[in-house]
Amino acid sequence: MRDSETPPQVLIAGNPNCGKSTLFNALSGGSAHVGNYPGVTVDRTSARLRLGERDVELVDVPGMYSLTASSPEEQLAVNALTEGDTRAVVCVVDATTLERGLYLALQLIESGVSVVIALNMMDSAERLGLRIDTERLSQLFGSPVVPVVATKRRGLDTLLAALDEALAPDSGTKKANVTYPPELEADVAELVPVIAQWRSGTAPSQLRAVALWCLLSLGEDSLRGVPDDVRNAVHRIREAATAQGRNLDLEIISSRYVWLDGALGEVCTTRDPRPSWSERIDRVLTHPVVGLVVFASVMFAIFEALFAGAEPLISAIERLTGFMQAQAAAILPPGVLQDLVVEGIIAGVGNVIVFAPQILMLFLFIGFLEDSGYLARVAFVIDRVMKGVGLHGKAFVPLLSGFACAVPAVMATRTIERRRDRLVTMLALPLMSCSARLPIYILVVGTVFAGQSLGWFSAGAVALFSMYTLSVLVTLAAAALIRRTVLPGPAPTFVLEMPPYRWPSAQILWINAWRRLRIFLVDAGTIILAMTILLWALLSFPKSAEVAEHYTAERERVQQMALSDVEKADALRSLDSQEAADQLANSLGGRFGHAIEPALRPIGFDWQIGVGIIGAFAAREVFISTLGVVFGIGEADEENTPLREALRDARHADGTPVMTPLSGVSLMIFFLLACQCMSTIAVVRRESGSWKWPVFLFSYMTVLAYMASLAVYQGGQLLGFG
Amino acid sequence: MKPSLADLPVGQHAAIESIDCDRSLSRRLMEMGLLPGTRVRVVRVAPLGDPIELRLRNYSLSVRRAEAARIAVSPEAAE
Ligand SMILES: Nc1nc2c(ncn2[C@@H]2O[C@H](COP(=O)(O)OP(=O)(O)OP(=O)(O)O)[C@@H](O)[C@H]2O)c(=O)[nH]1
Repeated sequence: MRDSETPPQVLIAGNPNCGKSTLFNALSGGSAHVGNYPGVTVDRTSARLRLGERDVELVDVPGMYSLTASSPEEQLAVNALTEGDTRAVVCVVDATTLERGLYLALQLIESGVSVVIALNMMDSAERLGLRIDTERLSQLFGSPVVPVVATKRRGLDTLLAALDEALAPDSGTKKANVTYPPELEADVAELVPVIAQWRSGTAPSQLRAVALWCLLSLGEDSLRGVPDDVRNAVHRIREAATAQGRNLDLEIISSRYVWLDGALGEVCTTRDPRPSWSERIDRVLTHPVVGLVVFASVMFAIFEALFAGAEPLISAIERLTGFMQAQAAAILPPGVLQDLVVEGIIAGVGNVIVFAPQILMLFLFIGFLEDSGYLARVAFVIDRVMKGVGLHGKAFVPLLSGFACAVPAVMATRTIERRRDRLVTMLALPLMSCSARLPIYILVVGTVFAGQSLGWFSAGAVALFSMYTLSVLVTLAAAALIRRTVLPGPAPTFVLEMPPYRWPSAQILWINAWRRLRIFLVDAGTIILAMTILLWALLSFPKSAEVAEHYTAERERVQQMALSDVEKADALRSLDSQEAADQLANSLGGRFGHAIEPALRPIGFDWQIGVGIIGAFAAREVFISTLGVVFGIGEADEENTPLREALRDARHADGTPVMTPLSGVSLMIFFLLACQCMSTIAVVRRESGSWKWPVFLFSYMTVLAYMASLAVYQGGQLLGFG
Repeated sequence: MKPSLADLPVGQHAAIESIDCDRSLSRRLMEMGLLPGTRVRVVRVAPLGDPIELRLRNYSLSVRRAEAARIAVSPEAAE
């Protein structure tokens, strides 16, 4: 132990879906702490636990089928399990799929760590008529085996007692020992001295396990920290074996399974239980017709919940934010401090918590789909379609959620196992036309297409429909392209376990969704808040004293005039709006809008729209309120008639109107394709673990948006539109 | 030529002969218990024709056809 203060670590490992998280929550009472492993984006969930005389730190390790690793993510879990401060591992094994679960347990035992096997899902096993001699199993493995039912908290005391014993100094029981073929033993013997140099101070039996691990894991991997000596030795041994027509992977793995099958023959009575009711459900849910109908309905339900279901909560949060802003404005004296609090801090916090309803809802949904087993069927049903663009079947739910909002959708990509597949999905899905783009389409359509029609349809409807179709096509094309260029590599393979259907526990669903939300609020939330304040400053400073003086004088002039009170109030209000517009034009953001106007002209925008685009980075909806300020209208929303009129009346310097149907289409396409959303940036930063990917995302989407708008506007003009 | 997993009709039992996918996939399948000699059955085909679902060692696993085509099997005599 490095430090007597840090309690010993106990890790919980197991296959995906074996009930690991359920057991972890049952043991920790839900008091978990979610952190991050350094360097990679794997959540580290841990909790303090009182065990007999001591405290231990219980850590939930991501689900895995074996210790073999080829990516840094997998390596991390393996290292956590077999090295460092880990004192014992609880290996959770689903009693209904014994061999597969015990394969992992066997590897853990081989590696020399102290293992307690928790035989979970004993209730299901009993229902299936499986009888397991746990005592004999324990003898064969040389490790305690405790039957448990995590969902009903059965067997937990016995498990804790066994764990307490496992933490005591090694009792010297005979551990499971797989017999490998002599050729393989010779290879291991050749590799061990090289490993010994790398891992000096490791016990000989463990060196053997590391040698086996290297033989199985190295080659075509992206593992970190393996010395070249070891790599070369492994390469040499593998080449020699291949030359003799041997398959090392097969030798190692099948020796283990041969041992397992032998052991299980002694331990289990019934082996192939009758088809369960799960099988009968599947007959319906993956039926060619009924299956697709159910699939479409479930997806529609998610969609509807994110779109319409979350709406009342979102508006409630927005109203609350507005209320807080009004309160703060009433309490604080007018000035920079008031503006900072109202438009920077409170608006920023509002920008963060406004995502809470959709994140919670999506994760409750996904949690339900995942724990019930249906998510695997979703992937099974739709994989054929996703495969075409190089995506995994599991990318479907995140992509669909992208129609509502990219922020929860990016978070939802964590159901996809391989990092590369996750990144591709994460980088393409912000192109899905999210609900924040809709108000912009509505404003533009209402401004330039009001009352026009194309054949039987209104021009606006055609424009909207085209935007959504375009967004799907572009997203899929982008995914295919990113996969081929930026993140090349083998297409995602689709080897997916189809777990039996189970009824998920509401408590676990809630705990997990809440955990995800908390991570978002803390990690992405701070970035969003900071960016909101930065944007506020950009659009507020510097303040022009000249403008202020001018409007003070104007106000006094109005006061002197012979007008009724109502007329005066109107005139004053319009002066306020004009002052805000002039101040905005003078701010850094305003000047920046002016400065980039030459770049905006070719795509049909002017500086005022440019300022709107800058403001829209806080959140796309802000485009409209910023435009309201730019045009001196004050408060505005997408249905606002004065704003539409102001847009229609806006003129370029040469007197031509700014908003034509063509520049309107160009503007919609720009917003469809550009990553005008700092919250997406923040959440991609959190989920990808580095700034590299959000920067890439922002750059490629902005370039794409500009090029597309340019092509539309210039092409349209050539063809004589606009 | 040996029949592959992709050729098996739904419901037919067979024993795995050999696995010839790329290394990491073969390794993954083997570690999940799909080894020469293991008894498998195709349970169903996805509504759109791909992937397929297998039953082995008391659990269900789905793989794409392209991958299943590289796994040679020897079908058991019909029951
Ligand atoms: N019948 C039964 N169901 C259980 C038991 N333990 C867990 N489950 C259910 O099994 C499903 C999967 O449980 P999780 O705890 O999410 O499994 P996990 O191993 O953490 O899965 P991953 O998070 O994917 O690695 C859930 O629906 C649980 O309710 C048990 O002892 N008996």
